[in-house]
Amino acid sequence: MSEPNKPLLTSRYGLAESWTLATAESAGAYQVARTALTTRKPAELKEEVKKANIRGRGGAGFPAGVKWGFLNPQEGEQIYLVINADESEPGTFKDRSIMDLDPHRLIEGAIISCYAIGAPVAYIYVRGELAFSINRLEQALAEARQAGYLGARPFGIDHPIDIYVHSGAGAYICGEETALLNSLEGRRGEPRLKPPFPAVKGVFGMPTIVNNVETIASVPDIVEMGGDAWSALSRLPGDGGVRIYGVSGHVKNPGLFEAPVGITMRELIDDYAGGMLGDRPLKAVIPGGSSTPVLDPRRKVDAPGEDHPLHKWHGMSEIDVPMGVDTYRALGTMLGTCCAIVMDDSVNMVEACRNLMRFYKHESCGQCTPCREGTGWLVDVLDNLVRGRGKPEDVDLLVNIANNMMGNTICAFADGTAMPMLGMVQKFRAEFMQAAADGVPEGVRHDDSVRTMVEGAA
Amino acid sequence: MAFSLSPERERQVDEILTRYPERRAALLPVLWLCQRQHGWISPDVVDYVAARLELSTAIVKGVVTFYTMFFDEPVGENVVWVCRTLSCDLRGGKAIQEHLEKKLGCTAGHTSSDGKFTLLKAECLAACGQAPMVQINDHYYENLNVELLDRIIDAHAEKGAEAAAAELATFASFGKPQPGSQTPPTSAPPPPTREAVRLASQPPPGSETTNPRGEES
Repeated sequence: MSEPNKPLLTSRYGLAESWTLATAESAGAYQVARTALTTRKPAELKEEVKKANIRGRGGAGFPAGVKWGFLNPQEGEQIYLVINADESEPGTFKDRSIMDLDPHRLIEGAIISCYAIGAPVAYIYVRGELAFSINRLEQALAEARQAGYLGARPFGIDHPIDIYVHSGAGAYICGEETALLNSLEGRRGEPRLKPPFPAVKGVFGMPTIVNNVETIASVPDIVEMGGDAWSALSRLPGDGGVRIYGVSGHVKNPGLFEAPVGITMRELIDDYAGGMLGDRPLKAVIPGGSSTPVLDPRRKVDAPGEDHPLHKWHGMSEIDVPMGVDTYRALGTMLGTCCAIVMDDSVNMVEACRNLMRFYKHESCGQCTPCREGTGWLVDVLDNLVRGRGKPEDVDLLVNIANNMMGNTICAFADGTAMPMLGMVQKFRAEFMQAAADGVPEGVRHDDSVRTMVEGAA
Repeated sequence: MAFSLSPERERQVDEILTRYPERRAALLPVLWLCQRQHGWISPDVVDYVAARLELSTAIVKGVVTFYTMFFDEPVGENVVWVCRTLSCDLRGGKAIQEHLEKKLGCTAGHTSSDGKFTLLKAECLAACGQAPMVQINDHYYENLNVELLDRIIDAHAEKGAEAAAAELATFASFGKPQPGSQTPPTSAPPPPTREAVRLASQPPPGSETTNPRGEES
């Protein structure tokens, strides 16, 4: 067992009025930014972020330092930093805590990042539902501006930096980076074809870096400790640092926990979240947001070959593999946002699956036919299964629909729908076959009322 | 009757326009200002916004209809969004919705007969660790049970949205008891284990015995 880590990202969460500049500064806020902007060169800071091996905290896990390296602005182009605070992935609730409890950490990270990548303006795109968080960020930005940390000469240096909050208006797809950019430009939040990638042609046609809130909030610690030291906090190679884990569902203490990269799901559930609610058996866990394929604790890692990346964990339960971007990919799932949805043995997986697929049906932007139609068909077939109107062939039909969505659309939304759908059928096929034969009994359904479309109320 | 923004909000529009290199980028922020003043995006609001930002009404309308939170029909004084995505449903989201439907006398997607509440289902509102939860207007109310929900709705009806929020709304919290857990827990919260740092939401009292289906026993 490792020594307890000193909390970093969450170190100020427990302070009284932690969101005010006075409290944050008394606990060290903006010291790193001041030193970085007045004594260090942007290229050095970029190098630290690269050495930190920080994998993007928004779900895709792309190395942030590498992303920054894609910038190559042409004559006359302005670089933008866009911070993705559109946290909407079912199960995920970590970024809100940063905005509510320590907005100055995010702002300090944004100031350092703007300086490092050469961006004079950053936009923080926050989902519209979080009006409270938006308000808190606005207040914190006003304080930082007043203190001279933003504006024409932040910390007295000749590098203007301004940060604005931009509110979304209820659309999961706007968390997809190119949809976010369209939304920021005042358009419908429909994803763009890539390439060109945002680093080449992003918001307003200019080179743009889009990073998650937690990624940016980690930058002050990375710069203060040095990229190598921060990276070494992790238990895994090539996937550095600490991160905020979340747990929801059937555990005794749902909530957020800061821990090194590379703890196991079993540790997260038992040691951090207090174990299963009512000490019931763990049936399944969705590891990092609804788009990440489900884990089944009864399944063993099958990696007999010595060159297999998971060979060390061969024969152990899926939930004993360290949680990292690469380890989870090798396991056939994704680390995503590291916010787990835990389900005990009372949950019917067909019903849980139907709940999530309704989410995707509602949130598909409708641009691409395989996604718009596929999400609807998945829900229709699952509805039939649950209501006892299904046929055994329907289970393969779900697989067929999902396979025809994957890779056939502009953005990764369809893949994010199809992958968990396929994972559910693969790991809990017997339950789907059972539903095809008998439906899902009334008492077991937790969502059997007809979901009315919420657009256009009344 | 033509719509116009209040002078104060007009000044805000001018300030918002300075934030972006393109006028159109102010569309979502300006629509928000209008909806806060008018309650919904009526055809008159669309005309006003189109003229103010030099866009066609079709473009404005296309954006309004894309986003769930812009209302293109009138809504009640308070809008209640009940989260029904998986994490909330595992902790009783359905029971919360059913209780609201009974209490408000209307099903999801409709407005109560006194015009005070519009009840809507929501997709994940990113408060999964504090499930079940609802959003009312600009605020979140988390770690709900039926009694707490009654207090929240009654407070909105009797004292108004602002007073209700000041008393009962929640934000991502640490150490501060959530309104849902104002009665002291029967047992002390568990000591931090290993390097665990517990952040948002203390466990609600009796969470160990919560029926995961959220059914009223």
